Amino acid sequence: MRRHPYNRIVLAAPTTIPYERYSIHGAHRWIGLALGESLRAAGLRPKDIDGFCCSSFSLGLDTSVGLTQHFGISPRWLDHIPMGGASGIVALRRAARAVQAGDADIVACVAGDTNHPDSFRQQLTAFSRFSADAVYPYGAGGPNGSFALLTDAYMRTYSATREDFGRICIAQRANALATPHALMKRPLTMEQYLAARPIADPIALFDCVMPCAGAEAFLVMRDDTAASLGLPAARLLSTIERHNAFPEDPIQLRGGWAMDAPELYAMAGIGPDAVDFLETYDDYPVIVMMQFEDLGFCGKGEGPDFVRSHDLTVSGDFPQNTSGGQLSVGQAGAAGGHLGLVEAIRQLTGQTLGGRVPNARIGIVSGFGMINYDRGLCSGAAVLAA
Amino acid sequence: MSIPPPTRKNPLARTRQPLLPPVPRSRAALGLGAAASWGRFALQVCASCEHVQYPPREVCGACLSGALVWRDVPSGGTVIAATNVRISADPYFRERTPWRIGTVTMDAGPAVIAHLHDGVAAGDRARLVLRLDKAGQGVMLALPEDGRGDERDGKAMREMTADPRDRRVLVSDGRNPVGQAVARALIEAGARVVVGIADLWRPFTPVAGAEVFELDVTDTDSVRRAAAEFGGRIEIVVNTAMHIRPGGIIGRGDVITARDEMEITYFGFMRLAQAFGPALRFRGADGTHPACAWVNVLSVFGLAGSPAWGGLSAAHAAALSLAQTLRAELRPGGIRVVNALVGPLDDEWHQSVPPPKVAPAAIGAAVVRALREGVEQVAVGDVAQDIVARWRDDPEVLAREMMEGMA
Repeated sequence: MRRHPYNRIVLAAPTTIPYERYSIHGAHRWIGLALGESLRAAGLRPKDIDGFCCSSFSLGLDTSVGLTQHFGISPRWLDHIPMGGASGIVALRRAARAVQAGDADIVACVAGDTNHPDSFRQQLTAFSRFSADAVYPYGAGGPNGSFALLTDAYMRTYSATREDFGRICIAQRANALATPHALMKRPLTMEQYLAARPIADPIALFDCVMPCAGAEAFLVMRDDTAASLGLPAARLLSTIERHNAFPEDPIQLRGGWAMDAPELYAMAGIGPDAVDFLETYDDYPVIVMMQFEDLGFCGKGEGPDFVRSHDLTVSGDFPQNTSGGQLSVGQAGAAGGHLGLVEAIRQLTGQTLGGRVPNARIGIVSGFGMINYDRGLCSGAAVLAA
Repeated sequence: MSIPPPTRKNPLARTRQPLLPPVPRSRAALGLGAAASWGRFALQVCASCEHVQYPPREVCGACLSGALVWRDVPSGGTVIAATNVRISADPYFRERTPWRIGTVTMDAGPAVIAHLHDGVAAGDRARLVLRLDKAGQGVMLALPEDGRGDERDGKAMREMTADPRDRRVLVSDGRNPVGQAVARALIEAGARVVVGIADLWRPFTPVAGAEVFELDVTDTDSVRRAAAEFGGRIEIVVNTAMHIRPGGIIGRGDVITARDEMEITYFGFMRLAQAFGPALRFRGADGTHPACAWVNVLSVFGLAGSPAWGGLSAAHAAALSLAQTLRAELRPGGIRVVNALVGPLDDEWHQSVPPPKVAPAAIGAAVVRALREGVEQVAVGDVAQDIVARWRDDPEVLAREMMEGMA
């Protein structure tokens, strides 16, 4: 059965609250500031939105429910997406259908987290039941340890080298140099990349994101709503979502995109060659490489060749993570799952803060999240158009 | 590469405080520790569809049946990825990095994230074992498939076992043949042994190579003197004090024998633990050969009482219960509490008991093996193993079997 198209659903008001390494404030503040900023950008007051969707790891006892009272909003449609790096795509999918069906007119999708000096460790100790039972007690390397195993397996299977991953990190750093709020503002060379402090072999310092505080937001509405508000907006063409894909794979060398990419392109009515830029989920470069493959930009195992033969910078032939991605901007918890979406809206509406891809008409945003045990369980992607 | 003997401790250096690896587990995952405590390799198996699963779940991940049982399964597998964790979020591992972990695809099905022995690398075949880590929690450890000679000197292995080699061990009672046999086995295994002897002026059988110290577990002053003298230089305590007399309630006619049984088996254990426990717990991370274990030699009748040995059974049940408390109290130091459960001994007090009976030398060997393998429970001899098997199958049926004069 063919899926119902997203008729006239758009994304607007791309918002970022500039990241900070550590914050003395709670996640509520970061999320509230992002919501407020996105509403101001749209010329709206809090009572004007009727849908709210939030993602965060550091709200303590609260969910989106508590936030309605905290922020003084009375939405008639509410959601909370605990899916980390996939939360942006999933929030967009749900919000889009709600708006399309008339359950809400304007949905604010917000993600944010705070970061205190010990909050990362505390989060690791209680991330998931499988993690507490079967991962954290094994060296307590956190995601670095888990992705080290995936990276090691990928390198063995497809003969990738550290330089191949370095190309991704270095191009993203080049993109970040133009992004005002990126936390990493020094150029990165291959020598520096290769000589970096080892974290969990083969992963070294520049393969890892820096946990920080921050928030991202955007608004989902119909195109006529955006037009009446005078808001530049990006159109939603298609989406996919998948959880626990390929459970039979002994280790993760592919994500759920490999299951659903044909549907993503069919629904959008385009092929990979029509894509002007790509925003991948980049908690580690090996996952970026898998997205190149699984989203059909190259074949399985051809990721290393792909990065050797393409320029991944904003001005290159394959612009990727055009703001610098989490690897260079920072990982503000669940906001990392919204960062790519917000940047894609900026690219497609001419509101970039940093480098701009010339004549960008179509962008793909991809999400990935939740290392529950040995692999990331959630994946998703969306095709957006100018 | 074998671990060199410990060097003399710098008296001015701070003693490293024991830390534990992460403790929290779901109830289902505690099954790993339960298997590891006996040295078994068991995983959850679905009784409906035979699916073998890991990590432990509440229902079968293949058919959603709730009928899950822990069953011994083949432990072979292949290491398909490996890493050296160099930066750890946890204080315990932070002191021990780089720490090796890997992904092992088991022949039995599941993919397992495991601690890697130094001799195992990505691409290798491996044999998974369940071991208890310093926190006493069951964890997966991948060992070389072709068990090598230096296996027990591996870094992860040292953290999860209590090899007596080059450690100083107190054997609490060297007057009985069990204490003597345990001391001999430990010396054979490379330990330095102090044997406690009550009433030193009375003749006793010396153990070649063991030091002797006056120690009477029924005398609080004696136990305290011994602990004050050398308690800070002991890494393993083996309590071999026992008082073996047949009889239950009516036949005895008074509580004199029962009081002696409790005095030695229960209060003696408590006195020893109060005197030696604090230093053990404090020295759980002290140097290359830290304090690591407490061993009780107890009758398997403590698990299920034998009416013919009713007084003894009760005293040993009390001691088994106390061992559970000691295990919790020594956990902060990473000290393992081991119960060696023995059947009827081949000694004068079991003259009329038909064989099989367990020889003291077998108990010595079992204690050494338990320490090297890091288990918490071991059944020594055919009778003890039989009773443990029945107890595991159904403790209430076993209680009825014991009444019918079994054993």
